[in-house]
Amino acid sequence: MKRKTQRMIFLGAGLAILAFAGVLAFFAMGDNVRFFYSPGDLRRLDAPPSGAFHLGGLVKEGSVRRDGMVLRFVVTDGAAEMPVAYDQTRYGLVPDLFAEGQGAVAEGALGADGTFVATRVLAKHDETYMPPEVTDALKRSGEWQRGESK
Amino acid sequence: MIVETGHFALILALLVALVQGTVPLVGARRGDAGLIAVARPAAFLQLALVAVSFAALTWAYVVSDFSVVNVATNSHTDKPMLYKVTGVWGNHEGSILLWILILALFGAGVAAFGKNLPAPFRARVLAVQSLIAVGFLAFSLFTSNPFARLDPVPLNGAGLNPLLQDPGLAFHPPMLYLGYVGFSIAFSFAIAALIEGRVDPAWARWVRPWTLAAWMFLTAGIVLGSWWAYYELGWGGWWFWDPVENASFMPWLAGTALLHSAIVVEKRDTLKSWTILLAILTFSLSLLGTFLVRSGVLTSVHSFASDPARGVFILGFLVVVVGGSLALYAVRAPSMRPTGMFAPVSRETSLIVNNLVLAVATFVILFGTLYPLFAKEMGYQVSVAAPFFNIVFPALMALLVPFMGLGPLLAWKRGNLREALRRLRPALVLAVLAGLAVAFAAEGPFWASIGVGYGVWLTVAVLSELAGRIALFRAPRQALRRAAGLPRGAWGMTLAHLGIAVMIFGITVSSAWQREEITVIEPGDSVMVGGYRFVLDAVGPVRGPNYAAVRGTFSVYRDGRFVARLTPETRRFADPPQETTEAAIAPLFTGDLYAVIGQAQDDGRWGVRVYHKPLISWIWAGALVMVLGGAISLSDRRLRVGAPRAARVPAGVPAE
Repeated sequence: MKRKTQRMIFLGAGLAILAFAGVLAFFAMGDNVRFFYSPGDLRRLDAPPSGAFHLGGLVKEGSVRRDGMVLRFVVTDGAAEMPVAYDQTRYGLVPDLFAEGQGAVAEGALGADGTFVATRVLAKHDETYMPPEVTDALKRSGEWQRGESK
Repeated sequence: MIVETGHFALILALLVALVQGTVPLVGARRGDAGLIAVARPAAFLQLALVAVSFAALTWAYVVSDFSVVNVATNSHTDKPMLYKVTGVWGNHEGSILLWILILALFGAGVAAFGKNLPAPFRARVLAVQSLIAVGFLAFSLFTSNPFARLDPVPLNGAGLNPLLQDPGLAFHPPMLYLGYVGFSIAFSFAIAALIEGRVDPAWARWVRPWTLAAWMFLTAGIVLGSWWAYYELGWGGWWFWDPVENASFMPWLAGTALLHSAIVVEKRDTLKSWTILLAILTFSLSLLGTFLVRSGVLTSVHSFASDPARGVFILGFLVVVVGGSLALYAVRAPSMRPTGMFAPVSRETSLIVNNLVLAVATFVILFGTLYPLFAKEMGYQVSVAAPFFNIVFPALMALLVPFMGLGPLLAWKRGNLREALRRLRPALVLAVLAGLAVAFAAEGPFWASIGVGYGVWLTVAVLSELAGRIALFRAPRQALRRAAGLPRGAWGMTLAHLGIAVMIFGITVSSAWQREEITVIEPGDSVMVGGYRFVLDAVGPVRGPNYAAVRGTFSVYRDGRFVARLTPETRRFADPPQETTEAAIAPLFTGDLYAVIGQAQDDGRWGVRVYHKPLISWIWAGALVMVLGGAISLSDRRLRVGAPRAARVPAGVPAE
């Protein structure tokens, strides 16, 4: 076999594997890309999102309540608020850095009563860290001040 | 004074690196032995200066010198000494300094052990290595100076994030960096080879041990991180496809491909330009990883408080390194002609399949990781959830694993497929039987039987190959002697592949048959999970050196027999004020028992979370076996001795 032919075969094989991965990725992306909204973004939308999405903002001071193992809190971006329910029995305990006044990102979907039913609350490594989406959302709503979170 | 000495040493190191990065290149081009000879002493001097600098910062941590901003924001007098020292790299500035130290260490390693490399080539390698150091030293001095002072001096420090006060995490960053930075050597060798315009088997022999060492450290570093997440974060998971995890996994995949393709270059003098490209890409992915962690552009559990100036600097550096090396590659790669021909059925082909699959897997993970960044540019904020990776990655590995069994049984150049398949028959039969047994006898998801089948296939195939090599069935009496006489490299491969098999079992079984229970109980009550009864004996307060904790005591029984006692804690630290969950884990051979104590309820009951995770420790055991395989392979005499000198241009003669 000529070297050139051989190279073409390997190139073809590589493209085939890439195509296989591409098709898989295309279908896997459909279900697994999560849009990010702040409470203010949600109010601006014409129709509420039907599937799963990420909700981000600050955990409102004084809003955290524990109903047995169900955690209820309010996420705010200054412009709007959104109540959240998170069932720790089903989805796990909240991460250590979850606290009032801190930035948080919750994954889940809107429930029938307008409460955001979270299936995951994202944890952060560092107490001075703010998720960039939350920072942007706060900037959009005019709530962000430099130095508030470094 | 000591702090200023450290700062000064770092500035001197930058100057030395500038000299080391330029003078030897000119010398090698002109064939000036005097200029070439600058490289080695400069590499040692650079290491010495960076070491002084690192020692000075460590000193500031040990004596809690809070006039240094870095110490004041990350340390505290109450911290145990171990975490004062590891606190040096538990923050952005210090970890960059660690990165530079390791970079200088590897450079000095080439200078020390590269005695039989041709001098001009060695000079070029050291120069390229030093140019990388220039980038990082400038980054440290201009954007992330660890020696900046603070006035007025605070009475005490802000403390290290308590989540990071853990032995597993204390050694996770140095391991990871040894891996990331270790690939810089492969990169420097690749660039030096491109400058000289030649790659030969001797080159591959030089690159392999360095790549192997870097790969081992990266493997160990990733595993330590995963293990830490498993027992410290209290979520019970061990891999989340978080951007920063992906950032360490991509160089690992590319580095694994590089290890395999370098073998082809060494043995068969072909795949040369591809191997050079892989060396460039592997290190570029390491740099990209640094960029992703340090710039905070992606939402990640690992993100540190970020500074846009740093992100811009690293991004610029990344563009220069990747762009420059790829441009050089485009000019020089076509001149590298392969000499070795091979048939479609051969070990070369199976290694190419390995490389293709690993490259595509790396690309898919890169795509999934960076997709949110591109989407953001187009005006919407999205993230890619873990299931995306959990679908695509295993599917790609399913293509790879059959070849892991087949490849080693094929000869170089021209393999005998029929003979190889005959020897693989037991593996195939047992794999199918195991898969069917799981599918019909055990209740589990459909992929569990596939995973178990693959694990059995790989185990039996690797063992059959070993049995064939030592003639276990043909001449069983001499088998032991033959086994002792096998090259260490062969043992290394066998162990590394077996490690993957062990890992496949661990991942499949623990994901398919994990049982968990999250509930609210009072002391005296019990929870059943996975056939184990967890009894909550008591809950009480305990005091640690710098925290107060609530400790739950569980006794675990199976069929009425006592198995283990578990004492999970919730710790509350004062500086900085934060709570951490200390999961309690009893690792049994058949699976881990895992318990977390949560919040107190108003009625005196406690939130608890208990798991049974079958075979989960096999994941880390498998990785350890892989690292062990790497270590054994690294001790192979053939790698230590290196390449025959005659294959290279004699020292002192210009390469062009």
